[in-house]
Amino acid sequence: MPQEPEVLDLQPATKKDILGAGHTLNSVTDQIANVVLTGKMPLLWYGAIAAGLSLLGLFGLTATLLFVKGVGIWGIRIPVGWGWAITNFVWWIGIGHAGTLISAILLLLNQEWRNSINRFAEAMTLFAVACAGMFPLLHMGRPWIFYWMFPYPNAMGIQPQFRSPLVWDVFAVSTYATVSLLFWFVGLLPDLGTMRDSAKHPLQKIIYGILSMGWRGSAKHWALWETCCLLLAGLATPLVLSVHTVVSFDFTIAIVPGWHSTFFPPYFVAGAIYSGFAMVLVLAIPLRSAFHLKGLITDKHLDNCGKVMLATGLIVAYAYILETFTAWYSGNVYEQQAFWNRMTGPYAGYYWFLLTCNIAAPQALWFRKIRQSPAWLFAWSIIVLIGMWLERFVIIVSSLAQDFLPSSWGLFQFTRWDVATFVGTIGLFTFLFFCFVRVLPMISMNEVRMLTPQSKVQREETHVE
Amino acid sequence: MLSSEPTGIYGVMAEFDNPTDLVRAANAANAQGYRKMDAYTPYPVEELHHALHLHRNKLPLIVLLGGICGGLTGFLLQVYITVYNFPTNIAGRPLFSWPMYIVITFELTVLFASASATFGLLALCGFPRPYHPVFNVPRFSLATRDGFFLCIEAEDPLFELDKTKTFLTGLDPKEVSEVAN
Repeated sequence: MPQEPEVLDLQPATKKDILGAGHTLNSVTDQIANVVLTGKMPLLWYGAIAAGLSLLGLFGLTATLLFVKGVGIWGIRIPVGWGWAITNFVWWIGIGHAGTLISAILLLLNQEWRNSINRFAEAMTLFAVACAGMFPLLHMGRPWIFYWMFPYPNAMGIQPQFRSPLVWDVFAVSTYATVSLLFWFVGLLPDLGTMRDSAKHPLQKIIYGILSMGWRGSAKHWALWETCCLLLAGLATPLVLSVHTVVSFDFTIAIVPGWHSTFFPPYFVAGAIYSGFAMVLVLAIPLRSAFHLKGLITDKHLDNCGKVMLATGLIVAYAYILETFTAWYSGNVYEQQAFWNRMTGPYAGYYWFLLTCNIAAPQALWFRKIRQSPAWLFAWSIIVLIGMWLERFVIIVSSLAQDFLPSSWGLFQFTRWDVATFVGTIGLFTFLFFCFVRVLPMISMNEVRMLTPQSKVQREETHVE
Repeated sequence: MLSSEPTGIYGVMAEFDNPTDLVRAANAANAQGYRKMDAYTPYPVEELHHALHLHRNKLPLIVLLGGICGGLTGFLLQVYITVYNFPTNIAGRPLFSWPMYIVITFELTVLFASASATFGLLALCGFPRPYHPVFNVPRFSLATRDGFFLCIEAEDPLFELDKTKTFLTGLDPKEVSEVAN
């Protein structure tokens, strides 16, 4: 039966534990479900919702202005037609990838520490993809006819160009959003049953009752559910790798110098996971403090995320080096000029700053002290997020601004509406994420239960309670 | 204890204190010859698979068929549009340019397979099913929290209310209750 809400924050015994000492089936359920059921939100939540809503308002204003005046309110001018819009798209979609990595790839690898962070990381994926989707939609200038991107019988007698990576992207991103949503819902199903059974308010009972579809914890259903999760993980793993691969095809299939290279797919996937883990940490560190979840999201989780960031950061560093080497070794004057411009031209400041953020700064993560200090890790994650945004900006803008003929070169200048749209989607993301925290269990209860000593089937009689 | 008529009974349910007792009870019931039974736990307990004969299910097959359907849909859609419905001659390049179809074929394979996995799960579980007799047991709400339940159903050929009840009582449960239909 649901117990009186209390703040119980069972700290782990050592720095290596992934669950607080003394947690039982009941205590993990209470601690996670009570956040939603009691509705007592910490100050952080009100602050985040207020900030999110304000920025969402700004986003609404910008979008309205864009519909009225057109995409010219942004700084996009030929030759730079993609500007911030596509930079933001790639940045957001990359952030989403860490959620799928945690929920799918780490499930297949049997990494138990993922159990307490996969739910909110998957929510992060969904909302990041929603934010990403805004940019191509708005960038079209006429978003109300977005459905022209899909093949359907129409009176115009035309069809999409299936040989274009931009059409592949439509399929990749919409599949990714759908599959992430399905996977998230399947994972939520048992927890919705718990919410229904723990709820006291009749309205909560009805809503969670409908959403849980009648989940009753039957062993037959659990067996199917586990098969389903493994199958979805197996499907989501190649999917997540394919999505950023297809995003990188948007660039590599074009012949623009600085874009046309074969190693973009792995380079983009690594960068995506890199920035995604940074966002996981940016969310997890304040959440676990504000909601007293340090016994569920422990220092070990932060440490592991830091290690993944370091590893993917090194892959990204290798990609930067290889990219530059290939440009030089290719003997192609346009390619060489593009990279020379990147390093010394009008965007050199951005380029060197991104190298500092993405290569130099994360080397601090070699030190355990940094990885186990939430404040430092938070700061480092913000640096990585900035660095990864700049990386996409430099790839897109510096390559388009100075391509083949110097007579057709032109510089990109962002406008205040570029900034407004970008921070507007940050508001959309924050608002959606904190709404999720308010109405759904942000940590998977059924998976964390499996980490408690009480949950193991033993030969001897052991009664933990 | 809502009804003592065997016809109005869904089954007999025993509650156990921990997963170890539940697994032992399920194994005992299986050895006794009971087949129509189910266990209810707050998280998946793999050790129950033997007693409940849960080693195989149809979901992988459904997902495979869904994936094949998706792959065919993606590929044939593109063949139909680029070759027959809307052919575009670009510098005399072949209309049937299959390498360019791979990405969308793959995406639709994953999309259809994932949808089959999710809806297959719901269908095989019989969801949505808001009402089920087991919910009549007052303490059953603990099955999604920290309760471990075993229910032998009245449909089982060996089921006899008193005998089954006595059998379950002998397995050291916390409580045994009849489940009204």
